[in-house]
Amino acid sequence: MKMTDEVLTRIEVNCTTGEETIYVLTADEIAQRVIDAEAAAMEQANRDAEALAQANAKASAHAKLAKLGLTPEEIAAF
Amino acid sequence: MANTYVKIATVTVGAGGQASIDFSSIPATYTDLKVVLSLRSSVAAAQDRILIAFNGLTTNYSLTYLMGDGASASSGTRAAFGDNMAGYIDAASNTASVFASTEIYIPSYLSANNKSVSIESVHEDNATTGRAILLAGLWSSSAAINRLTFTPASGPNFTQYSMATLYGIKSS
Repeated sequence: MKMTDEVLTRIEVNCTTGEETIYVLTADEIAQRVIDAEAAAMEQANRDAEALAQANAKASAHAKLAKLGLTPEEIAAF
Repeated sequence: MANTYVKIATVTVGAGGQASIDFSSIPATYTDLKVVLSLRSSVAAAQDRILIAFNGLTTNYSLTYLMGDGASASSGTRAAFGDNMAGYIDAASNTASVFASTEIYIPSYLSANNKSVSIESVHEDNATTGRAILLAGLWSSSAAINRLTFTPASGPNFTQYSMATLYGIKSS
């Protein structure tokens, strides 16, 4: 996450009183946001890699089945 | 709609955006909670993700998901605690003025057992691939939920006109 010079704020509504307040993020909160964003990016990369591996494995399996003489309809039936 | 379904609060993000949306001091007078989100991220990308935090905590989460993006479908499990994703949202590279839609249902939010969560989310775009995702989440904590926080994973902001509404539902 790119943290620019802009002031980051969060909006909080107190659900008991209905009061809405805007707070400026503290240095600690911004640092935590950076950590969370990096973790999220890593998680996303892992998820994308898993999806790609799954798609590649499926394509490889289809190619091998085709070499064995199965028709596209028969392969799709799996 | 049943009169046990009550709007607790709505937040609309103003000019300049907000880095997070926080519902605090949630009354312990309902059985379940439901959140309806209409969100867009400021990040210069074709998508962003929503992160959810119960009681301000971002650990002890796991999830299973089923996703389709118009080109392919996938599913998976994130068993490692720490994944608190709550869906995909539109971002700066998506069609202008389009906001992703997400609904989150949290049954028995006051329970002393672990909290299950169901989430459905659609990230929309007129020109490129959008995404629809179903998530079954778990927060492994015995603490009653009294605070919900939503943050864009990359952001840093939810853009102006993003909205979040929290509802309380009583079983009787």
